[in-house]
Amino acid sequence: MATTLSLLTKTRKDFPILGRNVNGKPLAYLDNAATSQKPRQVIEAISAYYENYNANIHRGIHRLSEEATAAYEEAHKKAAGLIGAREGEIIFTKNTTESLNLLAYSIGLTLRPGDEIVLTEAEHHSNLVPWQQVAKITQSQVKFAQVNEKGELDMEHFQSLVTRNTRIVAAAHVTNAFGAINPVKEMAEIAHSEGALMVVDAAQSVPHMPVSASQLGCDFIAFSSHKMLGPTGIGVLYGRKSELEKMHPFLYGGDMIKEVSYEETKFNELPWKFEAGTPNISGAIGFGAAIDYLCKIGLDSVQSHEQALTRHALKRLAEEKDVLVYGPEKRAGIISFNIGNVHPHDAAAILDMEGIAVRAGHHCAMPLMKKMGLQGTVRASFYLYNTKAEIGRLAEALEKVRKVFK
Amino acid sequence: MNAEIYQQHILDHYSNPRNRREIENADLQYRDSNPLCGDEVAMYAKLKDGLMEDLSFIGRGCAISQASASMITEALKGASLSQAAEMGKEDVTRMLMIQISPTRLKCALLPLKTLQAGIRVYQNGAARN
Repeated sequence: MATTLSLLTKTRKDFPILGRNVNGKPLAYLDNAATSQKPRQVIEAISAYYENYNANIHRGIHRLSEEATAAYEEAHKKAAGLIGAREGEIIFTKNTTESLNLLAYSIGLTLRPGDEIVLTEAEHHSNLVPWQQVAKITQSQVKFAQVNEKGELDMEHFQSLVTRNTRIVAAAHVTNAFGAINPVKEMAEIAHSEGALMVVDAAQSVPHMPVSASQLGCDFIAFSSHKMLGPTGIGVLYGRKSELEKMHPFLYGGDMIKEVSYEETKFNELPWKFEAGTPNISGAIGFGAAIDYLCKIGLDSVQSHEQALTRHALKRLAEEKDVLVYGPEKRAGIISFNIGNVHPHDAAAILDMEGIAVRAGHHCAMPLMKKMGLQGTVRASFYLYNTKAEIGRLAEALEKVRKVFK
Repeated sequence: MNAEIYQQHILDHYSNPRNRREIENADLQYRDSNPLCGDEVAMYAKLKDGLMEDLSFIGRGCAISQASASMITEALKGASLSQAAEMGKEDVTRMLMIQISPTRLKCALLPLKTLQAGIRVYQNGAARN
C-alpha cells in the first residue's frame, strides 16, 4: 500500500492548482466529490484544440474539421473503452444531471398511470427530481427504497418495492452524501426479473474505481467528466444499444438528423441521434485526455489509494471525541461528519481559513438529510492526489473549530 | 471590517441570541430558508402605529445567519416598516462588522430578506382590506 500511496502522490506535480496557497496556507483540496482538479495534460489538450484545430465537427469538408471530428469521436471511443461499452453506446451530454434528464424525458415520458419508478432514499437531487417530475406528468408513481441510519440501502425493502408495475429502477452506484456503495449488479438482476430497466448514477463511482458496464449488467450508466480530472460541461450517458435504439431523442436540432423535410425528420444513427447541436468539442477532447491519464495510472490503483486514505481518515477522526462520522464501514472515499454542535458551514469556513477545502451542507440530498435529522454535514472526499498529511491537517484544524465555538 | 468572520460579537449573538422567541398573535410573520446552508429563519413582528413594537425571530442555521437575525431584531425593534423595508446589504454588513464572502452574504441577508418579504405580505394584505 505504501508504494501505491507514494506512486500516486507523485502525480501531484501534474496538477498546477495543488501548488497554490489559500489564506496563506497550502491548499488541501478535499472536495473531490463535488469536482476534481485537472492535470496539466488535460489543460494542454484543451488548449491544443483551440490553438491548432478548432473547427465544428461532422460538417466541414476541410482539414481542421476533419481533425476536430476525429478527436471528438476518439473521445467517445475512450469513454467506451473505460467502461467496456460498444461503439454507439456512449452519448455525450453536459453532465450526469443531463444524462439522467435525457432518460427521464425519453423513457420517463412513455410511462402510464399505474407504472412505477423505484429510487432509493439516498439519491442526489439529480436522480430524484427528474423522475419525481416525470411521475407527476405521466401520473405514474415514485417509490423510495429505504436506507438505514448509516445510509445503507435496505435490500429487502428494495426487493419488495420492485414488482411487475416497476418500469424503471434508478440508483446511485456510490451515494454522494455518505459514500455508501450500492449493490447495483444485484439491483439490476432484481429490476430485470420484473421487466424493469436499471439506471445507475455513477457520478461518484466511475471516477474512483474500475466499472464495467457488462459486469454491472445495468441498462444505463451516467457520469461526469469534471469529477474525473476532465473539464466541466461534458458528461456521459451509456446505454445498452438495444434500448437506445428504441428510445426517442431528447433534444432536436442539427447533427442528430439524417434527413429533414418540412414535414418529417429521419433521425441519425447512434449515438448522434442523442447529440443535437454543436457539442462541447473542447470538453470532449479534454475528457479524453483525462481518461487517458486515469487509465495510465489504473483505476484499481486509484481505488486502493483512496481506500487506504479513507481507512486512515476514519481512524484519525475516531480519535476526536466530539466528531460524529456518518455512513457505513464499507464506503468509497467520502467521509461525512459533524463536530460537536457546530453548524457544518461554520466548520467548513474555519477549515477554509486553514487552506482546507471541504464541502458543507445537504449535499443535494435534502430529503435524506431531513430523514436523518441532520441540518447538513461536513464532507471530505478524496482523490488520487490526496495525502495522509492532508488528512492530518484536517484533523488538526478541527482544534481551531473548537476554539472558535468553545 | 475584519477578515476573520467569527468575531466575538458575532459569536455572542449566536450563542446568546436576542429576541429569539415566537410572538403570539404577531401582526407579521414570515419564514424562509437558504437552500445552500439549510439556514432557516422565521421573523415575527407586533405592530403599533406603524412601528414594530416587538420584533423577534426563531431559526436554526450557521452562526452568521443566526447572529444576523439576532442583531436585526435588536436594531429594528421600534423602527417603522418603511425603515426596515429600506435596509439593504450594506446596512447588514455594517451591522455585522465583518468582511463577508459572496456565498456567506446569503446567510447574513436571510433574516432581513425574510422580514422584508413578511412586510410585503403584510402590506399587500392591508391594501386588500
